[in-house]
Amino acid sequence: MRYIEPHGHMVSRTTDDYLAMVTAGCQAVCEPAFWAGFDRSSANGFYDYFCQLTEHEPKRAAKFGLPHYSWLCINPKESEDIKLADDVLALIPEFIDKPNVLGIGEIGLNKNSRNELIVLEKHIQIAAESDQLILVHTPHLEDKYKGTRLIMDALKNDSRIKPERCIIDHVEEHTIGMVLEEGFWAGMTLYPESKCSPSRAIDMLERFGTERIWMNSACDWGISRPLAVPHTAFEMKQRGHTADWIDKVTFQNPITFMSQCPKFKIKP
Amino acid sequence: MNTMTRQQVLDMYFMDARHKLIDLAAFLDRVDRSEGEDDFRIQAFREAMQHLGSGDTDRAAKVLMTFSDPTTEPIPAATTKAACGAWPGADNG
Ligand SMILES: [Zn+2]
Repeated sequence: MRYIEPHGHMVSRTTDDYLAMVTAGCQAVCEPAFWAGFDRSSANGFYDYFCQLTEHEPKRAAKFGLPHYSWLCINPKESEDIKLADDVLALIPEFIDKPNVLGIGEIGLNKNSRNELIVLEKHIQIAAESDQLILVHTPHLEDKYKGTRLIMDALKNDSRIKPERCIIDHVEEHTIGMVLEEGFWAGMTLYPESKCSPSRAIDMLERFGTERIWMNSACDWGISRPLAVPHTAFEMKQRGHTADWIDKVTFQNPITFMSQCPKFKIKP
Repeated sequence: MNTMTRQQVLDMYFMDARHKLIDLAAFLDRVDRSEGEDDFRIQAFREAMQHLGSGDTDRAAKVLMTFSDPTTEPIPAATTKAACGAWPGADNG
């Protein structure tokens, strides 16, 4: 099979993971900026991280023949401190035109606080001004439903934002319907302990269809599986889905969305 | 778009679901054997289980909604980064 990993935090992964992914058929990996598992002490930490996402990690991926793309932002877990967020947002113009940067992400909310929402709106402003794609992180567990609604409202409030240029990630059964109804793309994250299992993700594809939707492993420093997408593709096959159906979700759909950025070079 | 008959679904997923159901039953027994009071998490859990009955539909979404914060206004400030799996209520958030 062939597939794209549209959301993987490869700076936290090993070379063995890269090898396993390309062996399983991965054709490209896309890395949103996110929380390191601890708070960075200043904007300088983000400067180094943006260098890693735009210079170092693409070289590491290239050793395995894997095209690497990235997204830039300050993640919602570090958005309570507005001054820090402003300092990090000021760094983005220096990096946004790098050849592997696809847009602004993963932005969104974590605990649905006022400051998180203010910083989200600042990111949306930046994306709107330079016509960037947007990749959205939705909150965890009990905060997801409320956060998804607040995020969609914030995106819809800016008339320059086109829903078809935004992917709202980590949807589950209680949020997927409203995300697709509003014209956004939906991402399903395949985690062993939270978010979505392979069988539930396939259930949602069977119920909601395969338009404007992708799956990702969101593999990072926590409990996560870099091969979650090909493993789910295997379960689709076990359920009797055709190779074309599987290819659309795991390969063609990520291309359709990300090709809206001309820097994305993978062709269907 | 379903690809499988009920027999095929059962052949593929029954053992896994059976395993999870017994684990769930053992968890509830473990909670009952332990000393102390229920908290909002297990209260939401017991409420969510009401959706597992045979007449219900869209059970996964309803279970998720039972655990979800139903309010619409942003909270004043984030005092923690973590979510705990159930909404503690407007007074306890
Ligand atoms: Zn992520």
